[in-house]
Amino acid sequence: MWKCDKTIQSDLDAGHASIEELMNALESAGWEGRDVFHIQMAIEEAVVNAIEHGNKRDATKQVHIVFVVDAESAEMTITDQGDGFDHQNVADPTEEERLDQPRGRGVLLIRELMTQAQYNQKGNSVWMRKERSKDDSQDN
Amino acid sequence: MATYRRINVMDNNGVHVVHFVDKKIVDSGTIEQLGDELTGLVLNEKKNMLLLNFDTVEFMSSAALNKLISLNKKVKDAAGQLKLCCLRPEIGEVFKITRLDRVFDIRKDEAAGLGAFKL
Repeated sequence: MWKCDKTIQSDLDAGHASIEELMNALESAGWEGRDVFHIQMAIEEAVVNAIEHGNKRDATKQVHIVFVVDAESAEMTITDQGDGFDHQNVADPTEEERLDQPRGRGVLLIRELMTQAQYNQKGNSVWMRKERSKDDSQDN
Repeated sequence: MATYRRINVMDNNGVHVVHFVDKKIVDSGTIEQLGDELTGLVLNEKKNMLLLNFDTVEFMSSAALNKLISLNKKVKDAAGQLKLCCLRPEIGEVFKITRLDRVFDIRKDEAAGLGAFKL
């Protein structure tokens, strides 16, 4: 099992470096294909949201990242120091009149691509879990 | 003629086929530059019949999707046509989940994309 628990500055380069570490850990644990794409998509959205929308790129605020990866599952928790958001009332970005609006797609992708995803009450922390597909060619 | 760093553009009988330089479209600087270059094609160079070929693209974030949505509006405003082709299955899945497959005309390969233009 590989675990990473660290705090980074509200900086996208630092965020992407952490994502790269996660991707390398997944590869080392034998993950591949669609599962890896799903995790990368979800973690990208979560980390960028934390830095840009949560901490608003405030250099005095930090993002806490926890990754736990083994051969069968991957868990990721991303927590920012922002005010959070009302995650239970995010406008549905797939409604016809909102299809061309920029907001809400990241939250949708996290929920759809992960096996489980949960926000804390304040909305400044998201926990996600992906179970490895039995057969990578099948839906998970 | 403009010089592009994030895309390559080729004229195919009036349709401009755009290939992407980057395998992964995630970095915010890359996405901004890509958005500027695509917008420049339509607004500055008046190329509004565009086929975006994603054959080299392995990953893109939702911020990149937003640039495509913005480009689509500009192409429509210019009475042009925008089509996408050669999406990897995983990226195609993202378009389906977000229902953006209803916003964009997505074709399997470049020949099908070129054939879909009404010139």
